[in-house]
This record gives sequence, structure tokens and C-alpha cells, in this order.
Amino acid sequence: MEKMQCQCGHENPPGTILCESCGRSLTEKEQNSKLVDMRYEGTARRSQTYNKSIIDKIWNFFSSVKVGVSIIVVLLVASAIGTILPQHMYVPATGEAAIRDYYADVYGVVGQIYHFLGFHDLYSSFWFIILVGMLAISLIIASLDRFVPLHRSLKNQRVLRHYSFMNKQRIFAEGEGAEDSFQKAESKLKELKYKVSTDKNGLLAEKGRFSRWGPYVNHIGLIIFLFGVMLRMMPGFYVDETLWIREGETRSIPDAPGYYLESESFALETYTGEEEEARFGDAIERVGSVVKNYQTDVVLYQSQEGSLPGSADEKEVLTEYPIRVNQPLKFDGYALYQMDYKLNELKSMTFVLTNKASQEASEEFTIDLINPADFYELEDGSTVELLGYYPDFDGFENGEPRTATPLPNNPGFLVEMVTPETPEGETSFIIIQETIEPFGENQYELKFQSAETRHVSGLTVRKDRTLPILGLGGLIFMIGVAQGMYFNHRRFWIQQKADGTFILAGHTNKNWYGLKKDLDEVSSFASLPAYTDQQEEIEKQEKKEGDEVK
Amino acid sequence: MSLADISANLLYIAFIAYLIASFVFGGAVKGNKEGSFASEKRWGNVAFTITIIGFIANLGYFFTRWAAAGHPPLSNMFEFTTAFGMTLVGGFIILYSLYRTPVLGMFVLPIALLIIAYASMFPRELSPLIPALQTNWLAIHVSTVVIAEGILAISAGAGLIYLLKVVDQTKKSKQRFWLESLMYSLVLVLGFVIISSFFTLTNYEADFTYVDQDGRDSSITYEMPPIFGMNEYVALTEEAMTPLVSTPAVVHAGKLTTVTWSVLIGTILYWLIRLVSRRRISQIFQPMLKNVNLQLMDEINYRAIIIGFPLFTLGGLIFAMIWAQIAWSRFWGWDPKEVWALITFLFYAAYLHLRLGKGWQGEKSAWLAVIGFAIIMFNLIVVNLIIAGLHSYA
Repeated sequence: MEKMQCQCGHENPPGTILCESCGRSLTEKEQNSKLVDMRYEGTARRSQTYNKSIIDKIWNFFSSVKVGVSIIVVLLVASAIGTILPQHMYVPATGEAAIRDYYADVYGVVGQIYHFLGFHDLYSSFWFIILVGMLAISLIIASLDRFVPLHRSLKNQRVLRHYSFMNKQRIFAEGEGAEDSFQKAESKLKELKYKVSTDKNGLLAEKGRFSRWGPYVNHIGLIIFLFGVMLRMMPGFYVDETLWIREGETRSIPDAPGYYLESESFALETYTGEEEEARFGDAIERVGSVVKNYQTDVVLYQSQEGSLPGSADEKEVLTEYPIRVNQPLKFDGYALYQMDYKLNELKSMTFVLTNKASQEASEEFTIDLINPADFYELEDGSTVELLGYYPDFDGFENGEPRTATPLPNNPGFLVEMVTPETPEGETSFIIIQETIEPFGENQYELKFQSAETRHVSGLTVRKDRTLPILGLGGLIFMIGVAQGMYFNHRRFWIQQKADGTFILAGHTNKNWYGLKKDLDEVSSFASLPAYTDQQEEIEKQEKKEGDEVK
Repeated sequence: MSLADISANLLYIAFIAYLIASFVFGGAVKGNKEGSFASEKRWGNVAFTITIIGFIANLGYFFTRWAAAGHPPLSNMFEFTTAFGMTLVGGFIILYSLYRTPVLGMFVLPIALLIIAYASMFPRELSPLIPALQTNWLAIHVSTVVIAEGILAISAGAGLIYLLKVVDQTKKSKQRFWLESLMYSLVLVLGFVIISSFFTLTNYEADFTYVDQDGRDSSITYEMPPIFGMNEYVALTEEAMTPLVSTPAVVHAGKLTTVTWSVLIGTILYWLIRLVSRRRISQIFQPMLKNVNLQLMDEINYRAIIIGFPLFTLGGLIFAMIWAQIAWSRFWGWDPKEVWALITFLFYAAYLHLRLGKGWQGEKSAWLAVIGFAIIMFNLIVVNLIIAGLHSYA
């Protein structure tokens, strides 16, 4: 396409609507309209100019407001669909098959369809991410398409504009003024904090141009935010692990090399409804009980430099801290959160070896349920050997005992007991409240005496190095929104013609009321000719014609 | 009298003041038959003064309750919804002082009354904070959200007035149908308030045990006669009525019963109004709106959104994310409440793009503002009570 030459001699880029230099209308449509379209200063937007190549078509697609709003609406509807049934991470089932069954069992056919369509994992589905990606592309292209020409045009503004530009502005005045009108207008505008530039017989007064950048600034904020979200997929930026830790245990912190955590105790407190809390008595009575605090008292260690990983004794205490909800323990970019707990997990069980006939019992011995010893020697020379340990016994498989999990929820022990009376040894399988003697009646048995329990804390280990980027994006978004919404860009053009009369035009991107108030002040001080709001005139005219037709 | 009692009484005072002010605003608008704006202005000012008195009492309720509980009263359904009613009036006060429009008060105050009445149907006693709520972010996040929603609701109020004036009631149209549906849904809320007050005053209670969707034994107390019974229910209260229909575990029959009663009473009420007045509810208001300046309503609609939208973004997304990161270890988890805050944000973003980029003003804008309010109410009522999630404190 060719450059567009204006009558004034200025060469404009193809697609320009108003001459960049003098403001004359360059298109036929614009020449015939009563008011000029000032939205993007009549500049050439790429999307409105080229439509040939595939790149043009893509560019035009994404720069359209209609397309942008459509993407927003589709995202909105999709998000809503994802809340009809709970997402997979909120259902009490793990594993793909179990989750599928859960939806079918609990929600019936609706649940089956929901799961089949992938709505149970909607927000990380391929198509949802594509939609967010399209929104990001639209944000970038639509902004560039408008920002670049607008910036160019506002940067190179001329003071003197052609008459046809001036009289097609919404606010326009023409007529006699006083001798010193021009100087007075200039000083008054300066007083009103306008930036005034003059050229020969004309002046341009401008205020709040930065508000024109508001939309682009807030879009930049959103793009930075989305970029930050994308970064989390990069290794090293994001850690999300679960750490189950028992009271008294010391464990290495997953994905935080060199750091160890010891849990001293876990506590769950509920409101008592007494004394200080008496005011909550009614509410507590209504719901039963309300939790006041979840707390894990921990010690954080770091292994000494140079020591081998896992060597237990070379650790330095970094801090002691009570981890509570809303009060995570932070260190070196990581944070540990109180997220879950399990009360009264079995820690150890104590037995005595008893002669069934005489009921004569040995002294007590204790089996640790996490790391059980294999061999227990008693005072009278008897021994108990642990042939097999099944921490979470749930039945037999091919005659062998089986454990469902490695957690000591329902411990089972296969033991061989050797006493002076039974030197060949007797085998017995013990679970809570039951003893099985697989090879016939035994003379001895292990009798359960007591058990020790302790609490387990579920902590989340989190590192998120994208947070500062997300925060920056949010901040820029808010600044952009405020900049574009709460400020406006006002301009006045004034020219004194050779015969001493004045022409004046005014424009603002929003809040015409404010612009008129400024102009009223300037006009009365500088005795400028009275202005008209041509938009209102046109509307009045149309209304009148409409009424006549009726 | 304890601080908590003073607080409750202040809320009554506020409620009554708003009630009186609604009528005075109505009188101000209605008395203006010959277009004598002098009387509209005078009575408008009287009504506005009463509103201010009510609002001061309302603030008094808020801060005395804060003092009594030791934490900001924004932690359960009653407290949040009452605060929403309060900020709605606050938003109205701001916009009234800018534009002096009694007609806005005539519509917004009854809606605020309805919201406060609705809130009062939930347990009102002071309740202790669960660990996740024990932080200053409760005050920061929730108060910003509730103020933003109050202001956004004003935009819907202006939109509603706009629509009541411009939608042609003489011809059958989609607009007429949806506008009337909107009025009908407001009457349904009134139906809920009436029926639930009735059964509360008569102390109705019926206890049942049932099996929940995960197969656990649970119990429930109905506060209305059970139309629907829970999954495998067993009645514990002898004289209670036997549920007419038993529902599968996935349906919460107790909530369904409440909804059914409200719809029943609301519908009866709606048809009573129609029979007595012999017109649609939207038609009843139309004659009062003769002097309404449509351009001004459009302006209020837009102005409220440009104040409310950034505030909502700040409170409902940014502060929300900061707190979620601190309390739940992640700033975003696709919890239903989070998703609906995002939907609200996206919706108003679409509104602004359509208005500023596509020239959607006037009636289109008014419809969008009303839909925005519907989304906010959905997030408040349906997401809290029906879609379970981390925010279901009520």
C-alpha cells in the first residue's frame, strides 16, 4: 500500500484517517462525518489497514475487541462449569480409576458424563490452558495494535491544526475575542496545570496524557502475571511436597537438600467456651466443637557444609518455631505450612511372653512399630524373633499376610518364641485382639500389655519463586487501571486568525463535564467566544427529527 | 446490657431507619407528579438524613460487634451478608451525594433491607474463629470485597431503574420477561425471609439421622417441615411430618426443603401482588419513573463500576491470593469461591471492554450491570450454601 499524501504535504502511513500533521480528514467517510473520530487520534492501526496475508488475518483476529471479549466470556463460562461438581483434587479418592468411580458412585450419570468430558480436571485441561494462552496473545496484539500508532501520534502532535480538524471536534468555538485573549488563555491554562505549547498564532494545551496509557499498562500487568504463572512449570521455580512427620521424628525436608526438620510435638486445641470464651458458648454448643489451633513445634536443622548427606550428627540448629495455620515457617525461600494431622498413631506395643498353662509371664518388652528390632532376648533366656512385620495388616494373600500401607494402623506380627521349655520354637501370628497359631496349639503366647501413641503432622513444603513476578504483575495491573480510569486526557487547541477572531476546539477521552468546567473558567477569564457541544447539538437535532416523524 | 445486645439493637435501629427512608424516598419520587422538583428535593433530603442516621447505627452495630467478638464481624454468613447490606447503603450514600437521586434510594434501600433480613435468617450468635481465619487478612480481604460488592450492587440498582423505565410493558418481549423474572426472584427472597421467620418464631424443629454421600452416618435438624427427606433418613422427632419424597445422597434434602418452601411462599406472594394490583411488578414501578433521567442512571451505573471493579480486583483477587498463600500454602486452588471471584472479575472486565470499546451504553449496559449483581448474589448464596468448598463457613 502507498503512503497517503495530505494536502498540507505531509506523508502519512497507509490507513491513516486524520493527517498526522494538520488533522485534515483523509478518508471519504471521515470527510463526510460531522465530527471526527478521535478514538485513536485517527492513526493508522495495522489491523484496520492490512488484511491480505495469513499473518494479517491472525493479527486482525486477536486485535479485535469482539474476539477478546468472546475469549473472556468463554473462559468465564468454562470456569463456571468447573464448579458444578468438585474438582478431582477435592474428592476423597486417589488414583485415576478410584476418582472415576467416585464421580459415578456419588453423582450418578451426571458424574459419569462430567468425568468423561474431563470437567473433573477442567482447569489443567489442554483446551482451558489454550484459552488462557489465547487471552494472553489477544492482550499483547490488541495492545500493540493500538498503543504503537497512538504513542507515535501523541508524541508528534502539532500545535496548528487545519480548520476542518478544529470544527469537527465535539467542543468548538469561533468568533470575536478580546485583544489579550490569547495571552490570558495561555496563562489561565497554565494555572490550571495544563502543559501549553505555542506555535505562531496557535496554542495547544494538554493535561493528563499519561491516562491514555492506562489500558496498556494494565494489560502489561496481566501479561507479567500470566508469564509468572507459566514460569512455575520450569524446574526449580516451584516446589510442592508433603511431609508427614511424627512427634519426636527428624526427617529430611523433601526437595530442600541439606535441611532437616524435627517435630517436638503436635497439638490440636478446641475452644472451651469458658471464661474468656464464654461469649462463644452458644455457637460452640450449636456446632459441637470448634478448633482453635493446630500447631507443630519444630526444630529446623541444616547439615554442616562438607558433611555427607544423611550423616546424622553433623547438623546445626537453625531455628525453633511453632508452625501454625497462617504462620508458616519460612527459610531460604521455602515455607512449611500446617496442613493436616493424624492423632494417636501407634508408636510401640508392649507384650509379655506367657505360659498358657501356668499363666506365668516374663518381663515386658516393647516393639517399636516404625523400626522394629528383629530379636528380643528375655531374662530367663527365652527369645522372641520377629519373622515378619505387617504394619497395616489387611488379610492374607496366597497364605501370606499382607500389609495395605507402611503405616502402623493395624500391626500384625509373625513371631517365633523360643523358651527353655520349647527349644524348637513355636510360631504365632498376632494382630490386635487376635492370635493365630498356624502350626497347631502352642504352649506359649505373647500377651498384649499396652501401646504408646503419638500424633503426626502433615506439613506442606512449598517454594514458589514466581511470587515476586506475580506480585509485580498485580501491582502494575492496579496502577494501570487507576491511571486509565481515574484520570483523563484533556486538550484545547486555540488559534487567532489574521482578522483577530478566534477558533477553539477541545477534546477529552472521557469526563466531558470536567473538560467543560475547565473551559468555562478559561473562556470567562480570557473572554473567548462561547463554545458549543456539537455532540449534544446533533443528538438534539436527531431527537427533534425523530419526534417530527412520529 | 452486654455489648453484643447493644450491637443487635443498633442493627434493629438501622433496619427500621432504612425501612422508613425507603418510604420517604418513594414519597419523594411519587409526590413529584407535576414535575415539581422542589418537593422531590426536600423529601429526598429528609429521606437521605434518615438513611444517614440508619447507616451510623449500622456502623455502630458493626464496631460494637467487633468489640464484643474480638474479631471483625465478617466471619460467617450472617456477618458477611449483613455487612453487604451495610456497604450497599454506604455505596448509595456516596453516589447520592454525587448525584442527588431519590429514585435510587427508593430501589436500593429495599434491596438492602431484603439482604439484611436474609442475613438474619442465619445463626446470629458470636462465633469463634477457626485457625484459618485468625489473622488480620480477614479484616483486610473481606472488608475490601464487601465494600466493592456494595458499590457494584449500586450499579445494578441504577441499571434496574433504567430497565424499569425503558422496557416496554405493553408488548411481549424477552426484555419484559427477564425483567419480570428479576422482580420475581426478589420476591422469592422475601418468601424465604417470611417462611423462615415464621418457623423460627414457632420454634419448629425436626431431627433426622441419615447416611451422607460418603457413606457416613450423620444427623440433621430441619427448621422447616421436611418436604424432602435425606438419604436413608430416620426420624427422631415423633410429631414431625414424614417427608413426602426421599432423595439420593448427592442431594441435600434439607437445603432443598428450604428452597422449596421459599419458592412456594414467594410464588404465592408474587401472584397475590399481581392479582391485587392487576399488573406485573415491573409495571407497578413504571409510573413512578417518569422523571428519571436515563442518562444519569447510565452514568451512575458506569461510575459505580469504575469504583467497584478495581476495589473488587484488589480485595477479591489480590488480597485473596496473598492470604491464600499464607493460610493454605497456595495463592490459587480453584476452590469454587475463588473461581466465582474470577468469574466476577472477568464479567466486569467484559463489561468495561464492551462499554468502552464497542459503545455498549444505555440499555445494554443496564442489563450487564444487573447480570453482574446476579453473579455476586450467586457467589454469596449458591456457592456458600450449595457448592461446598473451603469458604463454606456458614
